[in-house]
Amino acid sequence: MSTTTADDHHDEHHPSGMMRWITTTNHKDIGTLYLWFSFIMFFIGGFMALIIRTELFQPGMQFVDPQFFNSMTTMHAIIMIFGVVMPAFTGLANWLIPMMIGGTDMALPRMNNWSFWILPFAFTMMLSTLFMDGGGPAGGWTLYPPLSLQTGDALPFVIFAIHFMGMSSIMGAINVVATILNMRAPGMTLMRMPLFVWTWLITAYLLIAVMPVLAGGVTMLLTDKFFETSFFNAAGGGDPVLFQHIFWFFGHPEVYILILPSFGVVSSIIPTFARKPLFGYSSMVYATASIAFLSFIVWAHHMFTVGMPLAGQLFFMFATMLIAVPTGVKVFNWISTMWRGSMTFETPMLFSIAFIILFTIGGFSGLMLAITPADYQYHDTYFVVAHFHYVLVPGSIFAIIAAVYYWLPKWTGHMYNEFWGKTHFWLSTIFVNVTFFPMHFVGLAGMPRRIPDYALQFSDYNQIATIGAFGFGFAQLIFLWLVIATIRGGAKATDRVWEGAEGLEWTLTSPPPYHSFTTPPNVEAELGLASHK
Amino acid sequence: MKQKYLIRSASSLLGFMVITSQNVWADIQPYNMTEGVSDISNQVFGLHMLIFYICCVIGVLVFGAMAISIYRDRKSKGVTAAKFHESTSLEFLWTAVPFIILIGISIPSAKVLIAMEDTSGAEMTVKVTGYQWMWRYEYVDSDIDFYSILKTPRDEIYNKAEKNENYLLEVDNELVLPTNRKIRILLTSSDVLHAWWVPALALKKDAIPGYINQMWTVIDEPGVYRGQCAELCGRDHGFMPVVVRALPPEEYDQWVLDQEKKNMASSSKVNDKKVVEVTDSQVALNN
Repeated sequence: MSTTTADDHHDEHHPSGMMRWITTTNHKDIGTLYLWFSFIMFFIGGFMALIIRTELFQPGMQFVDPQFFNSMTTMHAIIMIFGVVMPAFTGLANWLIPMMIGGTDMALPRMNNWSFWILPFAFTMMLSTLFMDGGGPAGGWTLYPPLSLQTGDALPFVIFAIHFMGMSSIMGAINVVATILNMRAPGMTLMRMPLFVWTWLITAYLLIAVMPVLAGGVTMLLTDKFFETSFFNAAGGGDPVLFQHIFWFFGHPEVYILILPSFGVVSSIIPTFARKPLFGYSSMVYATASIAFLSFIVWAHHMFTVGMPLAGQLFFMFATMLIAVPTGVKVFNWISTMWRGSMTFETPMLFSIAFIILFTIGGFSGLMLAITPADYQYHDTYFVVAHFHYVLVPGSIFAIIAAVYYWLPKWTGHMYNEFWGKTHFWLSTIFVNVTFFPMHFVGLAGMPRRIPDYALQFSDYNQIATIGAFGFGFAQLIFLWLVIATIRGGAKATDRVWEGAEGLEWTLTSPPPYHSFTTPPNVEAELGLASHK
Repeated sequence: MKQKYLIRSASSLLGFMVITSQNVWADIQPYNMTEGVSDISNQVFGLHMLIFYICCVIGVLVFGAMAISIYRDRKSKGVTAAKFHESTSLEFLWTAVPFIILIGISIPSAKVLIAMEDTSGAEMTVKVTGYQWMWRYEYVDSDIDFYSILKTPRDEIYNKAEKNENYLLEVDNELVLPTNRKIRILLTSSDVLHAWWVPALALKKDAIPGYINQMWTVIDEPGVYRGQCAELCGRDHGFMPVVVRALPPEEYDQWVLDQEKKNMASSSKVNDKKVVEVTDSQVALNN
């Protein structure tokens, strides 16, 4: 677990043992905490996914009650989104941003500690609802009323937990913005920042903009349930569809919160292993900003079937299709970066290449879903499930895994075992497709999502998906073992680690000192910028 | 058994990925969107295939370029990396070309959408109400009104009996509709959100308490068309199917007469129900 070693020469005043982690204000310690928290939640959320897939292995009710099944789909989503992908990105931001911009630490270290330590409490509370009267939340992670208001004792706890998660995210985001805008070393201009820093800056603004919207929405649910208000209650003059608008005004920027930092990770890894600078750096920055802007004006494409006016449907269809343009620019830039490079295929590169291909497939199905008339057929079917798992699992999760392989030698000072890394990659890539590709077919054939039992014609593909899910789940145990083994020992990593690595973090020792840059680095010299800028 | 499944599935998987002729599609139809039995559903299917083919072409180009690069630009082959890292004309090109393709897609999509939303000139109206967990069908132009509940026995669901071929897609009272008439469907809900979906008619819309949504269809062919609730509505969301039986117009008219006769026969019962019913629908309409 320890990420610093005796050769750190800076002052390290911190308590040892458990108190070190509870009281820490160090960006590396907090980054480590975030990443481990995310990893633990990944296995809990994955276990829930396997419960879902086990029940769906065959038609007929086999193992769980339908209500519990609904509760599993709900919890799986909340945990994977708020407990895995978001904390993992915040963990990466903590570890990497100060090192990448030549700073010492995050700008607001005490708030950093608090924003992490909220999370274990939030998720303990969230998970405890499974044991309450009426079971856990079972109305879907989207919490649509009136169904979510039928939740038993769990509802206020779920809402409280969501408030905690939101506070944690907002504080994390404020810290990232403050750090990026104030802690850069002289010479680290905005347009010289690594793409990971840029994508996180934009992500942080999205978080600050939309997490309060979610907080408002769930608070209105709470008052509808307990204080007799009728925000979403038609019988009291309220409007159930209003909640969906509020939710997706949060929810659509949220999906970019879950993917933009991945773009940053991949934009760091591809140039390293292609030994060629990132193609179209500034267009990457502008594309990220355009995606972020568009994410605010497309929310209603999640709810084409609620019965919007024609003009509204046309607007949201066209706006949604537009997102394909900046996203396409990114994919083309990554491929141009590889083009005429001198590539090697270590594990982080493999995961990044798989990211580009499979994320693009998720993008294709996203474009199909944007077409409103066709969306009427796709909506709330497994086609949608296939789509968002393609952009979230081989999208966000693969990018996070790639990032861990890429920077783990820097963090720990040890190289990971390349053979097992590649084994993990191939098993993950094969099984992720075995799991999610068949879902396109059952969705098109007419299988709705969130059902615990299905008609006979959907059996074959559901069986394949279940086999894939177990394969994917077990492949991640290799990853867990490999990370632990790398922390404990292994071949000594050089400071630069990768032959083609560029950026300030590689100029530090491996593992880096406890406080990253106590004196500002000479940015232009370290990055060799005079030559190509 | 499992092996047979895997082989069959793998082969249709390949079939899906390779761009093939329309004939081949007919064979693996269960794994693609249905073409359906209305003009709109055919158009929706056409759009679906159009954009799917466009994605395939883009995919071949993009992944092809990647494959060439991965094959050719390897350090192990002794290549040295080029130094280029920007090109304004390329950036312009791959912004502009996708934009033009999108305009090409958006025009036919908008046309279909506009047609889908035009409920004018309907010859008959059915009001559909979602309940946890069943549907209620009211024929607004005649005196017919009934509930439609899953017919699959519990024993089949809990694996104590052999599952029949319409497992989970069968109801006690089917929604009977005529072919070749423009039918308007009104949708609302009495409790939580539901969504009424019949894939063969490309009809899906949410049933929302306090709202009346509408959609329309003209069914081209007689037959039985099965669908399901498509919006999570609680414990038995997976157990409230939609079954539409489409009859030729003259048979349908006869069915309406028969139903009305039956209603007359048990009129006292119906009258009791009527009172509740009127208040129900008034509440919905007033909202």
